[in-house]
Amino acid sequence: MLKFDHVSKRYPDAGDALLDVSFHLQQGEMAFLTGHSGAGKSTLLKLIAMMERCSRGHIVFDGQNLNKVSNKQIPYIRRKLGLIFQDNKLLQDRTIFDNVALPLMVSGFGHHEIARKVRAALDKVGLLGKEKKYPTALSGGEQQRVGIARAVINKPQLILADEPTGNLDPELSVEVMRLFEQFQTVGVSVLVASHDVGLLTQMGHRVLKLEHGVLKTASP
Amino acid sequence: MKNTVYSHNSRQSRSFTDKSQAYLYLHAHSLFSSLGRLFRNPFTMSMTIVVMAIAISLASGFYLLIANVQQLTRSIESSNQISLFLKSSVGDRAGEQLADEIRKNPRLQQVVFISKAQALKEFKTYSGFGEALDVLESNPLPVVIQILPSHSLDDMQGIESLLAEFNQLPQVDFTQMDMQWVERLQSMMEIMQRGAALLSTLLGFAVLFITGNSIRLELQNRCDEVQIAKLVGATHAFIQRPFLYAGFWLGFLSGILACLLVALMMSVLQQPIERLSFLYDGAFHILYLSFTETMVLLAITSSLGILGAWGVLHYQLKQINPE
Repeated sequence: MLKFDHVSKRYPDAGDALLDVSFHLQQGEMAFLTGHSGAGKSTLLKLIAMMERCSRGHIVFDGQNLNKVSNKQIPYIRRKLGLIFQDNKLLQDRTIFDNVALPLMVSGFGHHEIARKVRAALDKVGLLGKEKKYPTALSGGEQQRVGIARAVINKPQLILADEPTGNLDPELSVEVMRLFEQFQTVGVSVLVASHDVGLLTQMGHRVLKLEHGVLKTASP
Repeated sequence: MKNTVYSHNSRQSRSFTDKSQAYLYLHAHSLFSSLGRLFRNPFTMSMTIVVMAIAISLASGFYLLIANVQQLTRSIESSNQISLFLKSSVGDRAGEQLADEIRKNPRLQQVVFISKAQALKEFKTYSGFGEALDVLESNPLPVVIQILPSHSLDDMQGIESLLAEFNQLPQVDFTQMDMQWVERLQSMMEIMQRGAALLSTLLGFAVLFITGNSIRLELQNRCDEVQIAKLVGATHAFIQRPFLYAGFWLGFLSGILACLLVALMMSVLQQPIERLSFLYDGAFHILYLSFTETMVLLAITSSLGILGAWGVLHYQLKQINPE
């Protein structure tokens, strides 16, 4: 599904962010990516989302070598991903409906289909009935769930979450993680970057630990 | 979406009509949402549109002014008759025969024969030398044939070849026509036409850059939106669509305002032009932009708007990347 093969990423002025990282994430597998800040978690996620390209090695996602993907093809790779961010990255001047509908509009779905799918996704994250509200009218936890609804609406093969619980209290954090587990059970791979060690051990999934750009443990 | 089985072929299974309907809907949505977006900042929008409309109306107003002046010179040119002064040895009868001969020429619209006696009579009436001329024993005036070239001979070359033809006739002493005046007028018109073309090009560029700049500002304001759209897999074509439509609206709306400004300018000029027309026996009427010209103008300004937006998007969109 997702395979890192001796991947390194070097920034011209900051040195090696990732060094010789190899791991394999199976389809329908959920894993955590952890490590202190600056260990390379975000860099690793950025390489998968093609916001950066690796300096050495190969990343294979869904049978495609990302090194060989041209800039023009990047949007089509990203449509297979569901991205979730610590700061939600919601459009503040758009309704919840429009925010969640964005990936479908981008992929060229008709508006009837969009309306049906948006409602289904919002139902899934427990926000049905809030379509017409704006993000600022929602609590932090609710906003994060809108972000999740947006990430899963286009049925991605891999969900990437960068510190999704960073701004949430422990109770809400567990709730969000349980939501990810539900997606995992229907065949979606999930990779969550988090430094919340307590939460990770509580969940009991495979943990990938990065230290100064080097992958220390790749097994549970 | 509860316990939905994830199938990845949902995109492929959608029919072609579904897709094309969605595509059309997307275009219609961008068309109107971009207009709505412009109206959300009415002050910025009206400032931009007024500046562009002034530039466009300057170019099209100048063009219209030239069209009007051209109409005027055309009516002057057509009144430019050629006078053939026959040799004094040629009498009235021979002159009349020659006039009949000349009438056969298809390139002329009017040939008037003036006998020696007629010429003397006219001279006496209009010159005020009546009494003095009575002293003369014989009529010193030659036979004159006045010729009006047909309208198809508005160009200098045609008139000149016609003159050369008449000069070769043995009966003709000399031909007269104020060629220099016509030439000067025509070269003046040429300068004005070129000036109008240059001015239009410059102002066209102004419109291009004004749209480009307002689209650039809009793009900066919506930088977050562009980044998020890129993250969820939007292509450049998708992202730039509403901006291109915004460029179209800027061009189109300023084109309409420019047409109104030109109509206003022309109505201010109407009175003096009508007075001038009266002095030339109503030979011409004030020209406004015709329906076709208006449509062409709107098409040009809309295209400039789209082009200006496209130029900026082409370079700037690549630089906005998600972080």
